[in-house]
Amino acid sequence: MAERTIGWGPRSENRLIGSEVQRIDGVGKASGAAKYTADINTPGTLYAKLLTATIAAGKVTRLNVAPAEEMEGVHAVHVLNGEGAEIRYEGTLLAAVAAERPEIAEDAVRAIEVSYEPSEFFVDDDNLEAAEAAGRTKPQGENTQGDVEAALSAAKVVHKGYYGINTITHMCLEPHGSHCEFTGDEDLTVHLSTQNVSGTGGQFAGPLGIDESSVSIICNYIGGGFGSKFQAGEWGLACAQLAKKAGRPVRLMLDRSTELKIAGNRPSGFAEVTIAGDADGNITAWDSHHWGTSGINGSVVRLSLIPYVFEIENRNRKATGIVCNRGPNQAWRAPNHPQLSALTATAMDDLADKLGMDSYDLFKKNLDKTERPDVYAAEMEVGAKIIDWKAKWHPHGKGESRGGVKSGVGMALHTWGGRAHAAICQLKVHSDGTVESYGGSQDLGTGTKTIIAMTIAETFGIPMSKVKVHVGSNAYPKSGPSGGSTTVGGVSGPNRRASQEALWKIMDLVAAKYGVDADSVEAKDGYFRSGGKTICSWTQACRLIGPMPLEVQGTGPKDDGLTDQGVGGVQMADVSVDTETGIIRVNKFVCVQDCGLIIDLLTAKSQVLGGMIMGIAYALSEEQVMDNNTGRFINADLENYKLPRIGDVGELVAEMYQPDSEYDRGVIGLGEPPVISSGGALSNAVANAIGVRVPVLPMTPQRVLEALKGGQA
Amino acid sequence: MRDRKDQNESGSGFSRRDFLKGSSAAAAATAMATSATESPAQQSQSQGNVASAEARDVTLSINGQQHTLSLEPRVTLLDALRNDLNLTGAKDVCDTTTCGACTVLIDGKATYACARFAVECEGAEIQTVESLRNGSEVDEVIEGFVEHDAMQCGFCTPGFVMATRAFLNENPNASLEDIQKGLGGNICRCGTYHGITQCALQIAQKGGACSWLNERLVGDLVAKTA
Ligand code: FES
Ligand code: FES
Repeated sequence: MAERTIGWGPRSENRLIGSEVQRIDGVGKASGAAKYTADINTPGTLYAKLLTATIAAGKVTRLNVAPAEEMEGVHAVHVLNGEGAEIRYEGTLLAAVAAERPEIAEDAVRAIEVSYEPSEFFVDDDNLEAAEAAGRTKPQGENTQGDVEAALSAAKVVHKGYYGINTITHMCLEPHGSHCEFTGDEDLTVHLSTQNVSGTGGQFAGPLGIDESSVSIICNYIGGGFGSKFQAGEWGLACAQLAKKAGRPVRLMLDRSTELKIAGNRPSGFAEVTIAGDADGNITAWDSHHWGTSGINGSVVRLSLIPYVFEIENRNRKATGIVCNRGPNQAWRAPNHPQLSALTATAMDDLADKLGMDSYDLFKKNLDKTERPDVYAAEMEVGAKIIDWKAKWHPHGKGESRGGVKSGVGMALHTWGGRAHAAICQLKVHSDGTVESYGGSQDLGTGTKTIIAMTIAETFGIPMSKVKVHVGSNAYPKSGPSGGSTTVGGVSGPNRRASQEALWKIMDLVAAKYGVDADSVEAKDGYFRSGGKTICSWTQACRLIGPMPLEVQGTGPKDDGLTDQGVGGVQMADVSVDTETGIIRVNKFVCVQDCGLIIDLLTAKSQVLGGMIMGIAYALSEEQVMDNNTGRFINADLENYKLPRIGDVGELVAEMYQPDSEYDRGVIGLGEPPVISSGGALSNAVANAIGVRVPVLPMTPQRVLEALKGGQA
Repeated sequence: MRDRKDQNESGSGFSRRDFLKGSSAAAAATAMATSATESPAQQSQSQGNVASAEARDVTLSINGQQHTLSLEPRVTLLDALRNDLNLTGAKDVCDTTTCGACTVLIDGKATYACARFAVECEGAEIQTVESLRNGSEVDEVIEGFVEHDAMQCGFCTPGFVMATRAFLNENPNASLEDIQKGLGGNICRCGTYHGITQCALQIAQKGGACSWLNERLVGDLVAKTA
């Protein structure tokens, strides 16, 4: 009966897929048993500390590491940027020291003699005029479609505004770093905090002059990456060099301040926008120039994505990058999207205000300019109900003031790809009925291991306890890096394919043994059945496999309907703003999100909630603050780099939009989308509350007060 | 197009120094009523003023077991736990007694292990997250974290588990508001606050019932102080 085609089963027959399943490594993580890279302490491990540049630009004129080398307990010193090296941003690594104890390594770092010849620097990324004057701008393209001038003169309302979003960092709680250990002559084992287990070995081999086949990469747990941990990093190579020199294992994790300065950030974006609409609220013209910095390479958020989600017929757009002496950027969860979403959705909301429209109606009116109007419309309806939009929205600033506290609602939309990355898995079914899956993937905390176990257990009709999932080693079949929401499709596809094929082989064995038609055999709840009759248990069937495990390889992605791409969602926020202190409270924050077939509803919701909280962070408090006088990153620590705490996030609702039409699309990634539209939604809610725009994110109390002052002037 | 500055002064109309001040206002808003106790250990260390001194024997009572280590006085409890005893559940995250990832219980009180020198902790009963599990038996707080998926990457999680355990010991009937204040001493980057809140609330609604492990610890403490 069961047709032998690859595919997901009927939704109503799933036992596990689509339900809320606890993560399989939850107890290990919560009890502290899970070993992260930062926790690796093999016998003889030395501790490494770093000397970093304290200037934003210039040259190293002297670097004398001899005093460090001579210290007792110091086993190796490695120079990364010595005399004559050019410094282009604060935090640049100069030297690394490995010592018997961390405090000795710190002493040794302090003993190194260093001097610099500072030179001109520039860090002021929102100041386009100053950047131009300093010769720091880089054109990043300009293009046009339709007739903007004509559309502007025909428009009912034209709005011009300035908007911005500052640079933020990844702030992974486990910093970037590794533990490196040579065994034998040149076999290197690297415990690496990485999103790219299968793809990093070569980055160590070349510079160290060893074979790629000699490098083992291991990452069983990673304490946050968010797009910043795809490379070995100069610190990773330095760790390996120290281990080689010392002939001992070395652990080198970046200190918090260096982590923030050099291990990745998300480019800023500032824009002057002109947006126009007709009397019905149709957006008829868009003209924008955005600028910002990705640091020293001077690029900016992508030109081709603005205006975000909405395709406007008459449109000019231009982008300018600014070369700043700031640490290099790295992909940050949904690269480009959060910035462009904020720049677009805020301008749209201001246009609605000028047209005297509810911004919900303006967004709705223009959905025909998006790729998935029906899905967005349905999601907006769901979101509006949850947040009680109709009751809460009022013309901007016209709500009631309760002792100076004013409330408002706002929304924004987002989109993402989420296609499956390339991956292979090796599936083993043992004769006692236990199953193993091997793949060189990594679980960033998204639940990768859990969804692999669910996929296999669902396919075989067995409990998850019978499935062991092995990821986190480059000795296993290769898997793509975990970035861009590609992993859930990347690993579930191959594991489903391999499990289905393995199941068919076992069914053949069962059919032959019990004399039934193989096509009539079904596997469910730990038993094989045929024609309504139970034939044997899963364990009995597996005994037919024999002493060698049954092994099947699964690959992907394939065009067989298991995975898809293209998702969207809407976020709606309800906030209160204290107009005396400028403090914003999130009352309620809703995300309605589609993502195709959901494997684990529990971890899927966690992704959405986590995205929303990161969204609250960059909308309200976190940013890289550069000092124009010194070129230094002055809040490079967790105390002054403000992240929300447990009482700062309000009531959160993650509503998964999952009609059958979504299930039928197959699996699509979810990591990026829910972090995208938070900035726009929260900014619009604040504008709705106080009647003026706080143009730049994060909307710190000071910026709120400045905006209120400006609005009254 | 109008000049950027007069469109909105808030964009850049104040200095960066002012801005940092603005950030501290945000801190006030976050109601950091941490339940953990701090000491200046780390501050002085991070300024690099703590000179080296001869190592000496330090005896620590951790999870009911005595350990004697040879440590310089400037070694923090966190480093001693992680590097000398391989108890790596407490994480090293912020270096500035801000995040709570290193939370342990000292004589039953939630404490940032990075804020204590190991030598200071002689004679105290130190409980790390590792004590909340015995094979397959785990403390109710761990169970609750797993049930509510109060973790993603998991790096902040052991610290949050300890903070939650200590908080519920002291506030068995905590309200939502109490929880939001009482667990304000810890930071999660992945955004797991919703699950943590649900977990703590559920346990509090049951009256913060103690697990066997916790009863044992409380028993030990009572015996010790008697
Ligand atoms: S590491 Fe101790 S409080 Fe952050
Ligand atoms: S779970 Fe990743 S930091 Fe909290």
